[in-house]
Amino acid sequence: MNAWGIARLVAAKDLRVEWRSRVLINQVLPFATLVMVMFAFALDNDQTLTRVAPGLVWLATMFSLLVVVQRSFAVETADGALDALQVAGVRPAGIFLGKSLALLAQLAVLELVLMGAAVVLYRTELHAGGVVLLVTTYVAATTGLAFVGTLYGGLAAGAKGRETLLPLLMLPVVAPVLIGATRATEAALGTEGATPSDGWPWIGLLILFAALFGVGGTMAFGSLIDE
Amino acid sequence: MNLTSSSSSSPSPSPTSTRFTRALGVAALVGIGWLVLFGLFLSPNDRVQKTGVRILYIHVPSAWLAYLAFGVTGLSSAAYLWKRTRNLQWDRVAGASAEVGVLFMGITLVSGSLWGRISWGQFWTWDARLTTTAFLFVTYIGYLAVRDLGGTHQQRAKRSAVMALLAVLEVPLVHFSVKWWRPLHQNETVEKGKLNGLMLFSLFIGLISFTLLYVWLVIHRQRVLALNDQVDDRGLDLALAARREES
Repeated sequence: MNAWGIARLVAAKDLRVEWRSRVLINQVLPFATLVMVMFAFALDNDQTLTRVAPGLVWLATMFSLLVVVQRSFAVETADGALDALQVAGVRPAGIFLGKSLALLAQLAVLELVLMGAAVVLYRTELHAGGVVLLVTTYVAATTGLAFVGTLYGGLAAGAKGRETLLPLLMLPVVAPVLIGATRATEAALGTEGATPSDGWPWIGLLILFAALFGVGGTMAFGSLIDE
Repeated sequence: MNLTSSSSSSPSPSPTSTRFTRALGVAALVGIGWLVLFGLFLSPNDRVQKTGVRILYIHVPSAWLAYLAFGVTGLSSAAYLWKRTRNLQWDRVAGASAEVGVLFMGITLVSGSLWGRISWGQFWTWDARLTTTAFLFVTYIGYLAVRDLGGTHQQRAKRSAVMALLAVLEVPLVHFSVKWWRPLHQNETVEKGKLNGLMLFSLFIGLISFTLLYVWLVIHRQRVLALNDQVDDRGLDLALAARREES
């Protein structure tokens, strides 16, 4: 079977596991919303909150990403599922793409909820003119995050019991996404008078990021999970 | 585990120094002595930065060295991953170089923020160069943690080589995104024209002696890593032999 076929099977499997266990809905989404509420406690100012809302949405996304990635690979390492896949001769590139796809779907749901929370809690206002930019930002940034998450999640999964390493390895890598996605979202929302045209250059960075880690991950994933 | 008593019959481990490395070590030491002499006593104060300029004799060489060290780590990792040059030696050079690099990057960050406090009035500015440097520091701390994950030597080598190459991918992305994020780059570094001859000479001594020190440290460190690997291998053999004797 080609890598794409494997990817679809792996992604479907991951999403089915998620649907049946409901970890995302019952644990991660409440956690992410809680983070948004805590930000409001910490900043304690309505104007400040509206001003920094785009950054907080993405920051909360990244914290939740850590949890989702750990969950995604906990499923694989329990009972040695990942080893079994490899022994069965399943191509690592297929596993990588499949897990990224499942992660992408879960992150997309998560970000929708976070954006909703920003509208409700931080008084963020959406503008019709910025919708295209906003959606493009979400797609590009989430794809990059899904690739990086899968890549480093696979590494941490290979090292059993070293989950504490994941934030240290992953957060520096996703910093460009935090910068790029935040600026693009600010432009889409018109924060501090920014216009959508300010945001498009950042989309280039996000797409470059996603492409580099997509290609890099497809090539490197096999060596990282190799036990 | 006490290996020396139980393996007295096997050859003693090779020392980590040779005549060449001893000479190198002495040269580095003499160079650092010179650097202290010129940097602290013989070179004049700067007109603007006063005595604060002396921090640069440490700061610039250690920054250069950290970048050199991470470059060497990247190249050795690529050499390990390339099948025709695959050898655990490359992996150990990469690891040794990264350790030394992290050390010097730490020195760079500390000395740089002290210097910044004196000449800019603040410890930190969010410019691209500083931020990228901080990210490099954290990234290679992560790399060193990955090296400690365990597994066979080959697994460690492969995993960490991939990590090192991913870092090579990451660093330019961080650099350009930060540069874009804060386009008003504070270009307040010392212009070359403002340094007089003695100052330039001190800086030059710093660069040379730190580079010698780097080579010396990496050679020793990678030999220690090689001995570590040997200890692991031999420990396993000894444990196997002990089990066999029991039965």
